[in-house]
Amino acid sequence: MEKFDVIVVGAGPSGNAAAYTLAKAGLSVLQIERGEAPGSKNVQGAILYSDALEKLIPDFREDAPLERHIIEQRMWVLDDESFIGTHFRSDDFNKPPYNRYTIIRAKFDKWFSKKVQEAGALVITETTVKGLLRDESGKVIGVETDRADGKVYAEVVILADGVNSTLARKAGFRPELDPKHVALAVKEIHFMPKETVEQRFNIQKTEGVVIEMLGKITKGMMGTGFLYTNGDSVSIGVGCMLSDFMEQKLTPYELLEQMKAHPSIQPLVQGGEMKEYTAHLIPEGGYHAIPQVYGDGWMIVGDSGMFVNAVHREGSNLAMTTGRLAAETIIELTRAGRPMSGANLALYKERLDDSFVMKDLKKYKDMPDIFHSNNQFFTTYPELLSRSAYTMLKVDGVDKQTKEKEIFASFREKRSLFGLLGDAFKLWRAFR
Amino acid sequence: MRTVKVEEKLFQNRYLVDADNPHIRLKDAELCEKKCTTKQCTVCCPAGCYTLEGQKVVLITDGCLECGTCRIICTTYRNVDWEYPRGGYGIQFKFG
Repeated sequence: MEKFDVIVVGAGPSGNAAAYTLAKAGLSVLQIERGEAPGSKNVQGAILYSDALEKLIPDFREDAPLERHIIEQRMWVLDDESFIGTHFRSDDFNKPPYNRYTIIRAKFDKWFSKKVQEAGALVITETTVKGLLRDESGKVIGVETDRADGKVYAEVVILADGVNSTLARKAGFRPELDPKHVALAVKEIHFMPKETVEQRFNIQKTEGVVIEMLGKITKGMMGTGFLYTNGDSVSIGVGCMLSDFMEQKLTPYELLEQMKAHPSIQPLVQGGEMKEYTAHLIPEGGYHAIPQVYGDGWMIVGDSGMFVNAVHREGSNLAMTTGRLAAETIIELTRAGRPMSGANLALYKERLDDSFVMKDLKKYKDMPDIFHSNNQFFTTYPELLSRSAYTMLKVDGVDKQTKEKEIFASFREKRSLFGLLGDAFKLWRAFR
Repeated sequence: MRTVKVEEKLFQNRYLVDADNPHIRLKDAELCEKKCTTKQCTVCCPAGCYTLEGQKVVLITDGCLECGTCRIICTTYRNVDWEYPRGGYGIQFKFG
């Protein structure tokens, strides 16, 4: 009977962070990945936040496959034919060590997995875990894979198997995902010469730009769009809550196609060669949607535990951090000679609560609900903002005071004074 | 009629299809045909795996992106039997 200290299911950011930390501390680790290679089942925008990775691999910049470091962030609110937005660009973001990068996950995950293997973990790919093995008391003692003689055992199993987490669901650790708590994002990657990317976005060398978008592109659904610059490609995508997708008749790929045709977006992607179309779910239920994340012989990390900060578009850093905290908990218990019982693994939850992960999720705990029941944030306001800007900027012989009155009247007409004040209050309460 | 052909998008992707061994099945196809009025799987699936033939829902998983949407949105009947493909099979993202 083959037995390890720890089995990690999944080779995404959370699983890799856990496996790396454990192997480096000298524990015997088996990591199981269902893809052909680590990364071949994984999808992200993708932005890498340096901080979470630095805590694991301080010198990651030396050989990690990074696309561009972000020096400019654009936030666009789009109407059907226009956008109004802010661009923040600073040379402070151009001073190493850089704070965030665009990455291509297939490349990045392979690199991360190599680090995991160098640290001493055994990584097997092309293997799907079918279920958890439990003893009479219900304690998790291993996993069953789809290989011949596919049972393997461990003191503790870390579920890093992503947003769908079939394992946690089947074991009853987590209920089926609620369509209100998950966003579906679709994305394409368009290749073009490096020089074209640089000219279109006013950047040079490894500088990069990200654009986050909100408004009519999601057709009244709660969601956002994005466009990220990679080395010689751009990633463009759009994501909306599944509960909203369920209520309408536009397919995700039509939504993406219409977004790409927006007059402000189309020139940025035109002429590119589309080389891959992807889709992925993002757990956006926030604080209230987080399930029990530990028990007798098991722990949940990353997307599987719904660790995503939707407001700040952060996920992979929460994944890496939860993976690391789970691993550190196991290391501490192992060194103290204590068993991997639910009572002892509760230390993981304490560490989570003490970290930015739970603190941030708690801060925005009411945000998902507010946007769900108030879709004016995605339709009415983008339209009003755009029209106001157009009215003010168009030179047509009408005096500015009349224009201001016109704008104010349009806001009142669409949303009433109480509505406007109420919206401001809701946002203030959710953000404070 | 859909104006965008999802097949053209999926054509760019790399798949190792587990022939004759679909990882997603409809538990009871008749339920989809006769009871389900919304048939939102035929709208929401980002790979267009679910199509309508008259009132019948036809599922072909070859282009599946393994996102999980179909399972989660089938809230009324929970009629989707959803597993990951066998190890090594299914979508293999080149970029992700």
